[in-house]
Amino acid sequence: MTVRKLIEWDEVGTLFADGMTIMFGGFMGVGTPEGLVSVLLEKGINKLTLIGNDTAFPNVGVGRLVSEGRARKVIVSHIGTNPLTGKKMIAGELEVELVPQGTLAEQIRCGGAGLGGVLTPTGVGTIVEDGKTKMVVNGREYLVELPMRADIALLKAKRADKAGNLVYERAARNFNPLMAFAADLVIAEVEELVEVGEIDPDMVMTPAALVDKIVLSRGA
Amino acid sequence: MDSKELIARRVAQELKEGYVVNLGIGLPTMIPRFLPADIEITLQSENGFLGLGPLIGEPQPGVVNAGGQPCGLIPGAAIFDSATSFALIRGGHVDVTVLGGLQVDQDGNLANWMVPGKMVPGMGGAMDLVTGAKKVIVAMEHTTKDGESRLMQHCALPLTAKARVSMVVTELGVFGISHGEFILLEHAPNVTVDEIKAKTSAPLLVADGLKPMALDC
Repeated sequence: MTVRKLIEWDEVGTLFADGMTIMFGGFMGVGTPEGLVSVLLEKGINKLTLIGNDTAFPNVGVGRLVSEGRARKVIVSHIGTNPLTGKKMIAGELEVELVPQGTLAEQIRCGGAGLGGVLTPTGVGTIVEDGKTKMVVNGREYLVELPMRADIALLKAKRADKAGNLVYERAARNFNPLMAFAADLVIAEVEELVEVGEIDPDMVMTPAALVDKIVLSRGA
Repeated sequence: MDSKELIARRVAQELKEGYVVNLGIGLPTMIPRFLPADIEITLQSENGFLGLGPLIGEPQPGVVNAGGQPCGLIPGAAIFDSATSFALIRGGHVDVTVLGGLQVDQDGNLANWMVPGKMVPGMGGAMDLVTGAKKVIVAMEHTTKDGESRLMQHCALPLTAKARVSMVVTELGVFGISHGEFILLEHAPNVTVDEIKAKTSAPLLVADGLKPMALDC
């Protein structure tokens, strides 16, 4: 637990590159690390593939990246709260892959858990099944949904210890703990930093072993 | 009473003591205020908790409903991640989900997530909810703004899930779906069977015990 994970904001930008696939926690922006999104904007990072629940609002969360035209593709369950996503999709400037929310969660879980995929009944008999393998188990039809991984996962946590154990706040947890497993580099933006040992082991929601970098929220 | 309140009042009668319930955005969120006083239910929110309650006082960090709006947590609420949230939903641990609809057909198919070329918000959690909840109730206005029936023989819009809807409540009545047929179970006050049939584009069986809509609470 002596590896230095806490980094400064000017170091964050060096971790990003054009064309990366990035997972971001959050549900309509709640649980999205706004500071990390800002760095992506400031550094002019482009052609991103974004994976997360939704594209939030034009001025919130990853909605800001969509608004600025920084995304090449988004893989999300919902774009309804951000009209710019739909506009750019229709204009052919943005590829949008819509995935049922529970399926998205499981694909990310599989990607982080070493699983080759999951069988889900969700989407059977709808356009979601197009092009997918189907399997019948005990008489019920399922879709084979494949694992998803990313180059980087951007997490938002309420509290971290210096080793990287994370605690999320209320419904800001959502996809964050799943994504902590499913990316090559995991960066957590946290509101509070405490000493190792100050978080009760029973209360840890994401174990430190999954977290590579921690940055303290600006203005928090 | 406007038609939305009528629908919400009637659906509230379907929720029984101890049920775990997920309510879709819009009209379904009106339902809790019409619950009978002696019925306690637990509301599930797909962004990751059980124990959704009304907002009391100031919004709290991280406490929002599935529409992204500030809400409350009741004492005894539990928070979890999105995989757990959808394990609850898909795994049959939600007793009832009530959602709005664009079209429902006589085979229990529901279309409520897109209108090609016009409205493509995404399915969010709707496909999982309709697939996994033990009972799916659709609460919607009977016709479109142009007067076209939303109860159809076959949905024309892309489906949310196949053969999962067992009840539809509209401002005209309560409809069961069984073995490929709509069955009129209850009619709204001052609405005749002929009027309902005229506004429904699918064949309609009339239940032997047809009665007025139960709205008392």
